[in-house]
Amino acid sequence: MKLNPAYAVGLAALVALPFAIRAVFPGSEKYYLHIVIQMLLWAQIYTGWALMGRFGLTSLGHGAFTGIGAYVTVMLWNFAGLTPLIGIPVAIVVAVALALLIGYPSFLQRIRGHYFALLTLAMVEFVRLCIVGLRDFTGGSLGTQPARYGDGISFYAVQFEADRMIAYFVALAVWLAGILVWVRVDRSMDRFALEALGQDEEAAAAVGINVTREKLKITALSAAMCAFGGAIFAQYQMYIGPDTIAGFGVSLNIVFGAVAGGIGVMLGPTIGALFTQLLSEGLRMFFQGSVTLNAMFGSRVLSLDTLIYGVLLVLFIIHMPRGIVGTAMEYWRKHKRGS
Amino acid sequence: MTCSLDIFFLEAVLNGILLAGLLALLSLGLNLVFGVVDVVWICYAELVMIGMYAIFFAYSTLDLPLPLAMLIGITFTALLGVALHMIVIRPLLDAAPINQLLATGGVLFLLQAAATLAFGIEFRNIGVHLGSASLGDMFFSWGRIITFSVALATMLGLRYFLRHSYLGLAILALSQDRHVMPLMGADSRRLYAATSALGGGLAGLGAALMVLQFDIYPQIGLQFGPLIFMVCVLGGLGNMLGGFVAALVIAQFITIGSSCFATEWGYAIAFLFFILMMFIRPQGLLGARS
Repeated sequence: MKLNPAYAVGLAALVALPFAIRAVFPGSEKYYLHIVIQMLLWAQIYTGWALMGRFGLTSLGHGAFTGIGAYVTVMLWNFAGLTPLIGIPVAIVVAVALALLIGYPSFLQRIRGHYFALLTLAMVEFVRLCIVGLRDFTGGSLGTQPARYGDGISFYAVQFEADRMIAYFVALAVWLAGILVWVRVDRSMDRFALEALGQDEEAAAAVGINVTREKLKITALSAAMCAFGGAIFAQYQMYIGPDTIAGFGVSLNIVFGAVAGGIGVMLGPTIGALFTQLLSEGLRMFFQGSVTLNAMFGSRVLSLDTLIYGVLLVLFIIHMPRGIVGTAMEYWRKHKRGS
Repeated sequence: MTCSLDIFFLEAVLNGILLAGLLALLSLGLNLVFGVVDVVWICYAELVMIGMYAIFFAYSTLDLPLPLAMLIGITFTALLGVALHMIVIRPLLDAAPINQLLATGGVLFLLQAAATLAFGIEFRNIGVHLGSASLGDMFFSWGRIITFSVALATMLGLRYFLRHSYLGLAILALSQDRHVMPLMGADSRRLYAATSALGGGLAGLGAALMVLQFDIYPQIGLQFGPLIFMVCVLGGLGNMLGGFVAALVIAQFITIGSSCFATEWGYAIAFLFFILMMFIRPQGLLGARS
């Protein structure tokens, strides 16, 4: 794969970023690095969702895959002493198995659109309820923590939260892997097949595309990416809870982050993650700092950012259905042609 | 707990039937809107939540009598339904269905945050206890019995409205063919708005019954929402009788499952059943295969 010079510069900037943060904010580098790490980890998960979302397969159930990734890995580590180096692949296999189990019959039955969205919604609720129900192991709705190994930095235990520098490069590698998967898919024949069937399944089948097979392939890949992302996210947070990594709310956040950025382009979901994280952090800091608002609402002021987030999402979907990156690219293309 | 065919089992079955009334009522409004406007309000349960808060506010803070408070709640959600349609759905009527669904998802966040901002995350209760009726050794709360009766009456009333009133017939006709009806001189914009008001009002009615049985908190929509969608889809989206049957089935899974195992497992089994039924009968329990 040839590397576009612009991408090379961008990548170099990303490698230099943590050192720049360390130099500029010596006192609070941990906080800023934390925000960037979260951004990268969510960006990978959003990218995984968009992999299938861009072809009209709108799943509201990807919280199930991130949840399985996180919980299977941590349960194997806590109760069987199995290193996440093996646990994460096992978790990915479980997530892919679930994706195929749900995907195969629904693609055979031609369940699409609303129905597919609501079916996957039932799937994520089922997984969340199983997690809560197995509370003897999972800690129920309170969540649990992976057992800390040594001083919290370990390759064997895949624990890196204690050192934000290491955590940053882990997150960067995970995100980059996600982008590479996206590029692979984008340049494959499967992409054309999926684009065709995304527009008209019957016509795609008529020209010889194996519709069910193509859909299953992309669903499995997407589930695997989200399970991987969920597992790494758990290892970084050192905490897993059914509502932070597995529920319907997580699914919605994934979908909206990706849609806000733009699901049809490589960096769309990443920009979506950047946008949503900056928005929520920025609004949170602004509202916490505002004396008037605090006097008016007290600690409830924290929900103001979700309120604005909700309004923005509605505006995005009405006015910019292609997302930030998609709209920007369209504008740029028109502009260039016009001049 | 173990599962055996004793009096507790019978109590669970009967309680399941009563719970089905609530689920059926909650799914009624969503079904109506889907059947007519062809849009899934993913924030429907949040409308119910807002309705509950409105009733709580009118009753506990403004000290209004409960029936009036409930009426205010119903009116409020009906207006909210119209606003949702005008502001969010109307610009998206020709967009991909999934975009409509996602836009109402944005409204879900908005309503949840608005409720948190206004009332905080504490659990609220209007503090009305209706007690329970006893039948042999079994107990049934009056709240549930009333809910079931109202749900049944509402379903019959809505059916009558749709079949025998001018507006109802127009709405029904529009749901059968949304392209030809406007050509016949029906104003689809007004009919959509009326349907949304009706759908919102039904959410408010659901809220009025729910405040009798449940605590109010901003996240309650996330608890009930998925269940309501499940009932609608299982009954066949837009099919109201199907919704009632589906509510009965789902509620039995929940109550029997909960009494035999733990509450979550009751719900988990219900969701699993739903997923399996989607594969066997994607058109819904009573839907005709197209």
